[in-house]
Formats: sequence, C-alpha cells, structure tokens
Amino acid sequence: MKRFDLERIGLGLAAPVLALIVAALLSSIALVISGNSPLHTFNAMLDYGTQPETVVQTVNKATIYYLSGLAVAIGFRMNLFNIGVDGQYQIAAFFAAVVGGWLLLPGPLLIIVVVLVAIVVGALWAGIAAVLKVTRGVSEVISTIMLNVIGGGIVAYLLDPHRLGTIVGTQQVTTKPMPSDAYLPGIPVSGGEIYGFIVVAIACGIAYWVLLGRTRFGFDLRATGLSETAAVASGVSVRRMVIRTMLISGGVAGLVGMPLLLGSSHAFAQDFPTGYGFSGIAIALLGRNNPIGIALGALLWSFLEQSAQILDLENVPKEIVTIMQGVTVLSVVIAYELVRRFSLAQQQRRVGAELRAAAAPGTPTTGEGSPA
Amino acid sequence: MTSAPAPARDTIAVQLRGITKRFPGVVANRDIDIAVRAGTVHAIVGENGAGKSTLMKILYGMQKPDEGSIEVDGRTVSFSSPADAISAGIGMVHQHFMLADNLTVLENVVLGAEPGGFGRLDFRAARRRILEISDSYGLGVEPDRLLEELGVGDRQRVEILKVLYRGARILILDEPTAVLVPQEVDELFGNLQELKSEGITILFISHKLDEVLAVADEITVVRRGTTVATVLPADVTARRLAELMVGGELPSPETRESTVRPEVVLEVRGLTVRGEEGRPLLDDVSLTIHAGEVLGIAGVEGNGQAELVDAIMGLRPATGTVRLGDRELTELNTRHRREAGIGFIPEDRQRQGLLLEAPLWENRILGHQSQRPNVTGPWIDRAGARADTERIVREYDVRTPGIDVAASALSGGNQQKLIVGREMSGNPVLLLAAHPTRGVDVGAQAQIWDALRTARAEGLAVLLISADLDELIGLSDTIEVILRGRMVGTADPRTVTPEELGSAMTGAGEAAEPAEHGPAGGRHAAGTVAVADREDAGRHLVPGPDPVPPDSGPGADPDLDVPLPGTAGPGLTGTGTTGTGDLANDPDAGGEERP
Repeated sequence: MKRFDLERIGLGLAAPVLALIVAALLSSIALVISGNSPLHTFNAMLDYGTQPETVVQTVNKATIYYLSGLAVAIGFRMNLFNIGVDGQYQIAAFFAAVVGGWLLLPGPLLIIVVVLVAIVVGALWAGIAAVLKVTRGVSEVISTIMLNVIGGGIVAYLLDPHRLGTIVGTQQVTTKPMPSDAYLPGIPVSGGEIYGFIVVAIACGIAYWVLLGRTRFGFDLRATGLSETAAVASGVSVRRMVIRTMLISGGVAGLVGMPLLLGSSHAFAQDFPTGYGFSGIAIALLGRNNPIGIALGALLWSFLEQSAQILDLENVPKEIVTIMQGVTVLSVVIAYELVRRFSLAQQQRRVGAELRAAAAPGTPTTGEGSPA
Repeated sequence: MTSAPAPARDTIAVQLRGITKRFPGVVANRDIDIAVRAGTVHAIVGENGAGKSTLMKILYGMQKPDEGSIEVDGRTVSFSSPADAISAGIGMVHQHFMLADNLTVLENVVLGAEPGGFGRLDFRAARRRILEISDSYGLGVEPDRLLEELGVGDRQRVEILKVLYRGARILILDEPTAVLVPQEVDELFGNLQELKSEGITILFISHKLDEVLAVADEITVVRRGTTVATVLPADVTARRLAELMVGGELPSPETRESTVRPEVVLEVRGLTVRGEEGRPLLDDVSLTIHAGEVLGIAGVEGNGQAELVDAIMGLRPATGTVRLGDRELTELNTRHRREAGIGFIPEDRQRQGLLLEAPLWENRILGHQSQRPNVTGPWIDRAGARADTERIVREYDVRTPGIDVAASALSGGNQQKLIVGREMSGNPVLLLAAHPTRGVDVGAQAQIWDALRTARAEGLAVLLISADLDELIGLSDTIEVILRGRMVGTADPRTVTPEELGSAMTGAGEAAEPAEHGPAGGRHAAGTVAVADREDAGRHLVPGPDPVPPDSGPGADPDLDVPLPGTAGPGLTGTGTTGTGDLANDPDAGGEERP
C-alpha cells in the first residue's frame, strides 16, 4: 500500500513538471526563431511580474479567470462542454449592471441583489442550451457557441441611449452607474487593492470541492461523466443531470463579470471586456478540473499576461505570451494523458502478473470470452 | 491471382497448434488446435463468449497469442498486425462492414491499397482487377455504384471482394449471416461455393447450427475457450452439435432442495418493448417469481433477454406492468426501483456496473447513491461507504491491494465479486442477474454461485439470465425459454438436459432436415432477427425426423410443441405463440413439474 502511494505521488508530480519543462522548451524555441534570447525574455518577465503592482493585477485577473475556469470545469466533470461561459457572463453582467443602476436599495443589499441577478441570468442563458440538448438532442457545443453570439447581440442592442444605456462623459455608452455605497471595497495591499470579490471566488472553489466530492448530487454528476451507461444503470436521470449541471455552470459563469463590475467599473460600458470565458476553458484544462489546480492555472495564466506588459519595452513582441499559454495547455494535457496511460498500464500489468503467478501452481484457470 | 492453381483439397491451409491467450483474470483461448484444409469451408461454432472472436483476432493478427503456433500453407508465421496477416494471404470480413457510404464500390475497394504510385491513382487498372475478380468468383459487383445505394448483401460482397483484391486466399467470415435476410443468406452460400471451387479457403464463424451444417465441409466446435471436437457435417445432427457447444464440464452449480416460498415477489404482465422501427424486441412477456425462487431465462443472446432486464429496471420504455411484492413499479424510475429492493448485476459489468476509473469504495456507492451506509441525507458518507466496501472485499473475497485502487485494475472475476457483493447489500428482495459469471475464472464462479444460493435460501427472488446452460439448470428452480422476444417454453431444471435446452433455444430441431431447404437451411436460425417473422417462433421447435413421440402436454396445437428429445421425460413444455396466457394461468410456475 505504501509503495502504491509513493508511486502515485511521484506520478502526480511527474505530469506538471514534465509539462512545464516542455512548455518552457517550446517557448524558448519560438523565442529563438523570432530572434530573441529566451533567457533574457524570461528574466524580464520574472522581474516585472514580481513587482507589487503587477502581483496585485495578476491576482485580480486570476480571480476572474478562476470563476470562469470553475464554470467550465463543472461541465467538464460531466462531459458537458460549456463553451458559452463567455456569452453567459457578459449578458449576466449586463443585466446585473442595469439592475444595480436602477434599483434603489441600501448598498450592501444592492450588492447581494446584483450578484443574484447575475447568477440567475447566467444560469438561464446556459439553461437554454441544456433544454435544447435534452429535448432536441442539440449538442451543447454548438448551441452555447451560438448563444455567445446571440447574447453579445442582445447586449449591444440594449446598450443604447434610447434603451437601457446612457451616455456618460465622452460619448461612452454605458449602463447607469451603480451608487457609490454599492462599491464592493477592495483589500488594500502594498501594490494596490485586491478585488473584494476574491472572497466569493474562494468560497466558490470550496463549494465546488464540497459539491463534487461530498454530495450525492456531485457523485451522480461525476458518475455520469465517468460512464454514462453505468450512471443510467445506477438510477441517474441523465436529462435531469444535464439541466442541473448546465444551470450551475451558467450560474457560476454569471459571477465572472462581478469582480470587475462591483470592484472597479461599477457600470457595464461598451468596452466591458470579452473573452474571459474562453480563457476559462484553457484554465480548466490546465487545472485538470481540480479546484486547487484551477487556482494555480488561473494564477499562471494571469501572471503570463501581466508580466508580458514589459516585453514591448524590451523589444520582444508581446504576442509571444499567447504562444506560451497555448503551448502550456497542450503540454499539460498531453503530459497528464501520458502519465495516466502509463500508470494504468502499469497497474494492470501488475495485476496480470500476480494472477499468472497465482494460477501457475495447482488450479487451472478457466474462463471464456475476451474481456473486451 | 486467379491463375494460381487450385490447391489440392487435402493440403492444410491453416494449422493452429496449442493456441492460448490470457487476459487479466481470464483465459480466452486455451490449447486451440485446428487444421483447415485448403479449398474448403471450415466452420467454427460455439456459444457467444466461447472464444471464437478472440481466436479469429489471433489468426488475423489483431491479438498475439501467449502460446502456440500458427502455420499458413505449411510455413510458421507470427503476426503482429493485420497487415502481416494480409500479406500472408489471410483476409477478414467483419460482421460490421468497414465501408464508406459516400464512396463508390471501386473507391471502397482500393481504399488503403491504392493502385499506382507517386501519388497517382490508377483507377483504370483497379477497375479491371475488380471486374476480373468479380467475374471469376461470380460476385457480380459493379465498381461504379455508390455504396449507399447498395443493399446489405451487396455490401457484404464488396467486403469479400475488398479482401480478395488484397490477395487473400484464406477468408475469415465473422458471423456473416447475422445481418442478412434469408434470400441473401442463400446468395452468400452460393458465393461461398464459387469461391471454394476456385481454391479459396473459408473460415466461417457462426453459432447458427443449421447454417453451418448446410455450408461447411468441416466443423470445429469451440467451448469455454478451447476446441472440443472437429466433425464432418454428415456425421452430426444439429442436436449433437448443440450438445458439443453447450457441454457440461464445469463444477456443477447444483442447488436441489427447493426454497421457494408462496409469496410472490416479482410479477410481470404483458411486458412489451419496441425497437426503433416499432418491431417488438420483447413481446407480451409475463412471468412470476416467488421468494426464494430462481427463475432462469434460457435463450440465444439477442432474443429479448437484455430488453427484459432493462424493462424491469426501468432503463428503457416498455408497456405492461411490473409489480414488486405489493408495489406497482411501472411508473417508477430506475432509482426508485432500486430503492424498492431490486439488486442488479448487469450484463456488461464494465459499461453498466462499474466506474472503471473510480476507486472501489466509490464503486460501492454506485447504484446505491440514495441508500445507507453510503449517504446521510444529501451527503456522501465516506466513512460508511469505505467501511462497507471493506466488508464486501472481505466477505466476497475480492482480491485487491486496497479499496482505493481503481476498479479497472481488478481482474474480471474480482470486479464481478465486488458487484455481486454490492448488489446483495441492503437486503434486496429481487436480484436481476445477467450473466453473473461470464468471463470470470472458476474460483470466482463458484463463489458467486455460493452467494446466489445463500441469498436464495434467505428468500431472495432471482431472475437469472445466462448463456451457460449448466449454470441455468443448476441454479434455477424454473426455466423459461425465450425466442425472439417471446416466452416459448418452460423447462423443469430437475429433468431437462443442456442438450434439450440448447435445441429449444437455437431452433435446431428444424435444421435436422437441411435438405429440404437447400443451403438456405439457416433462414430460420434463431438470431437472424431480420426475418422478423414472429409467427414462426413456435414452429422452430418442431421436431425433426428424429423418432420423437408427439407431446401430449397442454399445448393443443402439435405444431407448436417443443420436441422432447431423448428419454429424459417431459422436461420441456411448449407454450406456443400464445404463451403469455398459459403462463399467466399457471400460478405454480415456481418449480412444479408440468404434466
């Protein structure tokens, strides 16, 4: 048993270490090809990335990425591919901002209402894809991508001075700003302020871990992801699970825009950032759908992005970071798959060897059929 | 290729010696010896799961044998991939065609063996070759038709041509008639004669005895992974073949003293499951199981057993009623049915019974996600589940280094013991056991039988489905025979023999007179579901020319009676095509011997 544990820990460490070495190697090759020194580039990034201001920005962006990664990972655990986190958080943040701007409530209460609106809108938007899947058999991959576009269109249509938008200052169309007593206070540190919403993000991570690992619902969800046929035979209603899982995934996706809305922008303007949902997919992959893994993935992703800001000054094209991010995801996915296959083959070989040894003396082993 | 001289009939084309193949926990093949003479049709018969497929995979290079040797045309060969087998002149026609619908016949045939070189495709030469082959073997293939326009029989000929095009002189046909309607079977057998006369050697895999008798020059019987006999069709009857296939060599699962109690546990009435085209896969089935009773279902696979189990578990939509004790289950979903006290040992343990990548203790929870000791309220009770997994591992002798290893690391027998232990937990009143000892080693088999016997003595009702007739006869208190979704007969396990059951299941009685049907003797074989002529169901059991006295049992129409081969007495009773009524009116189905 002990040997078993040691081996498992070893294999568990092997994958990320292998992946990071390969990613660094491939990134270096890309840098060399583009005529830059890898060592110099990495040094510059590390230097800039560890300055207090950059660290704060890294953590803030990672908070957003973490929520996005969790939203995607919930679906992944059930073999549902929610590509629609991007659309879900935008439409959720938009309606939350509208409510936050118009509703007259004392600050703390308003914050709670805004967050709830975001959860509900995100869940409903994802729910459309779930209903299409269980009633019409539409793949959620297709429907969520389409809903991204539709969601963006709806937000663009409604964000208009004649509809739900107003013009503030210099021609910027935005929703009505939230009152200042509904600003979510940040956590002051040496390099600036960290989003207060990080507390909610951490709570979501814990909730994710509890839900999946400790509850019946989570067991049904994971069972469905591991083997739908076995889950059905065990009494899981897959349709119901698809609906519930998509609603939860969409609800968490609704939170993705909240750190920004409550912590800094306080309104949904035309320049509200897009694309966090797609980063979430990569981060969920990086984190292997594990709540701590996703946190590390979000931090790494964010660190690469923030530390790359210095590269322009060093005359290295900033886009090199996109290559690094892509290479990292690929390396991680491949490394984990290799390690998984290796350890499975090894386990089976060991069992096979034990059986042959046990079967050799005395009792002849008989059986029929191939286990395929 | 066609200019090659037809080899003399007594040269050996393929010689297998002592082939043995092990998988973890299972010996799929052991000491297989077969000699196939050149230019003949050599049939390999055996029950599903007897090891035919593994054997063919070995011969076609898809699996490497652990022991033994293969000789082709007198030369010892060792295949590490199908490409090696092809270059040695062996071709395989799979049961499921490997063809692309949107390509023409010509394109399909050359796919993977493109003519010409340097990136150029020489379709003209290929077309010429295809027509040449087609003509010389009378296949009648049109190279320019789109594949999607072709029927199943034509597609099969394309598959055969594809293999011949690659230079095969030895063809392996894996259950070639499974997908064909009777006329197509006739045509196929005509083609086989043609191929044979041109010197092609054919290995014909099947479990349909009448077809085999009609087409083969020699027949090798495989049972439990090994060859038990090689016979000439002239020397055997279908019944004798069935006997050889079913055999009786394992330790007996006998449980003689009856533990049947009067209270009814499961009552199924008029259960019908329809396939996608509306054809009934399970047709108006009724049955009753009492406490302490094991009801065995005998039948060739694919005759509705899986549908019966699924319908009782609520896994697929069905009409009819299912009652458990005094509870109506018809409207309940699978989870509620499990909670009502049904244990379920599924047919395919890896697909339906286990989460292979999850640890054993999580597999203990599977199927019992709403029951103690696995959960308390909405929470998983890890300590409870783990402790109970330890208990199962101990009581059912699951050989494992611990309960944290993934289920996939266990051998088949130990996986099955875990499932049996799990499904026996929580005091079920009914156990659905589908092939509970399939593919497990002898030790595990005996342990599983013990567990079933103990539970039965304590009042558990068991619905047992098994392809192993010894197991069925040994464990069951009553046996029902299922054919094409209908219950067509009842057997008393105290008097029936595996041979009698085997012939009732496969409809082998009819095939004892293949001359009348010519090579199409196989058209009514059980399992050719495409025939869909259900009114025939009873008549499959019509006695052949064997001197069998007509049964004077309850079946009024003598045509619908099951033959009573041998002198064992009235072990089998046909209930004919109106079977459900008879069963419904017979409250003593639990173990009483019929007149």
